[in-house]
Amino acid sequence: MNETVRLTLEWLADPASWTGPGGILVRSLEHLRLSFVSLLVAALVAVPVGLWVGHTGRLRWLAVNLAGGVRAIPSLGVLFVAVLLLLPRLRGDLAFELPALIVLVVLAIPPILSGTYAGVEATDAAARDAARGMGMTGAQVLRQVEIPGALPLILSGLRAAMLQIIGTATIAAIVGLGGLGRFLIDGQASRDYAQMAGGALVVAVLALAVDQLLALVGRLAVSPGLRLAARAQ
Amino acid sequence: MRRTSVPVLSLALGAALTLSACGGGGDPLDAGSRSGSQDAGTSSEAAAGTGDGEVIVGSANFPENVLLAEIYAAALDDAGVEVTKRLNIGSREAYMAGLEDGSINLIPEYTGGLATFLNPEIDVTSSEEVLADAQANLPEGLQLLDISAAEDKDSLVVTGETADELGLTSIADLKGKEGDLVLGGPPEFETRPNGVDGLKEVYGLEFGEFRSLAAGSNLTVQALKNGQVDAANIFTTDPAIQENGFVVLEDPESLFAAQNVVPLISSDVVNPAVEEALNAVSAALTTENLTAMMVEVVSEGQDPAQVARAFVDGI
Repeated sequence: MNETVRLTLEWLADPASWTGPGGILVRSLEHLRLSFVSLLVAALVAVPVGLWVGHTGRLRWLAVNLAGGVRAIPSLGVLFVAVLLLLPRLRGDLAFELPALIVLVVLAIPPILSGTYAGVEATDAAARDAARGMGMTGAQVLRQVEIPGALPLILSGLRAAMLQIIGTATIAAIVGLGGLGRFLIDGQASRDYAQMAGGALVVAVLALAVDQLLALVGRLAVSPGLRLAARAQ
Repeated sequence: MRRTSVPVLSLALGAALTLSACGGGGDPLDAGSRSGSQDAGTSSEAAAGTGDGEVIVGSANFPENVLLAEIYAAALDDAGVEVTKRLNIGSREAYMAGLEDGSINLIPEYTGGLATFLNPEIDVTSSEEVLADAQANLPEGLQLLDISAAEDKDSLVVTGETADELGLTSIADLKGKEGDLVLGGPPEFETRPNGVDGLKEVYGLEFGEFRSLAAGSNLTVQALKNGQVDAANIFTTDPAIQENGFVVLEDPESLFAAQNVVPLISSDVVNPAVEEALNAVSAALTTENLTAMMVEVVSEGQDPAQVARAFVDGI
């Protein structure tokens, strides 16, 4: 077996790698905390905007181009600029945590935004007309027809965002924060390639596990009627 | 507040550009730039008088080493030695190969870095011992001339206010006060023997927290300046130390290995004129004047060749 692979497996199998304040378990929790907070903040921004754009059809061109353009922003660059701008203005750890959060929120907004407005737009036109015909107001149509109809695409936007967040949250370690990125940064600094590779594997596994979890949530949350309709198509 | 963010931002962008430019520059060993000695006539006459031909000065790929190479080149030029410059070669691995195959034959070195490169097991830290160790392990055909007092080495740095407040002049003064302090530095500082572990073993210091800052010394400097860390691991010649009034804590127990600047040269090109010129440079160099020159080069953007020329003229 390749030497690095063997050392990586040894590192993963060593109980000392998992426990303690710098262990995989604690680092994974830190990683998840930062990831979920970022997803929440991004969703609070992107879902309402996406619903509004999808429902009214207004400023659609802006949302489309913004979602595309923001994807091109390099996360590492945003992190450096945000840290250097915020260091003189904030005290303590917040000066590092806020920039990391900003980076991940910026990263997560495009997939959630486009999933949301696309979902609303894709709602069955016949269902929307029927709702209007029944005398529902615009807000009622949005709440009772469009949001439930858009839910599968909103959730897939959230899932896509979360995959990217978990992968990218490793860069928080560059500015001294915790999370699984510590294994990559510290491993590289001390030329401990087994630790780097092991840490990268843990990130990948965590990302897939959370993705499956969100898929399960989606299955429970989406109206069974929609699922059947999707299958029928 | 607002004004400070502009240079900070440009530094960050500059760092990012430098990073992204890595690997694009071609091989400096191929295209040596000629030191245009205007008075070529007198130079070659003098060179003829002292024996043989030209000295090819190389440098590593960071600004301070380039500056030092320019200083050597200027001093040799004044001594009537024909000089060619091949600067910005790369890491020690790259330029040591160049020294051995003769594509360069002089480079500014640092005793500790060189000694560790030649003997990874080295466990001495004082200037004399480190120099002796490096000399003992030098490849055949290479030699070190006089070392200078100038050192570019790891150090523990605090802000002027912290130094006043806690009465710090030496690392040892931190004893008993470090529990509430945050130490910052590159991630490798946490694990290597003369980092966090060494501070504990040699000085009995256990900082409240270690914050690992992987984005270069600029981030560490900003974090120290703005109070996110209270003490930081920064190189002694970092221009930020002078600019921000930071205090470099003395290291009475030599935790950080000596890194005296020293000319590493092929024995082939050593003659009395070369030796005298380079030893005069070493005698004049100090950490302070090297740092001051680094401020001119890095912060003020002056041409290293001109800064070097002014320094050599002042010797």
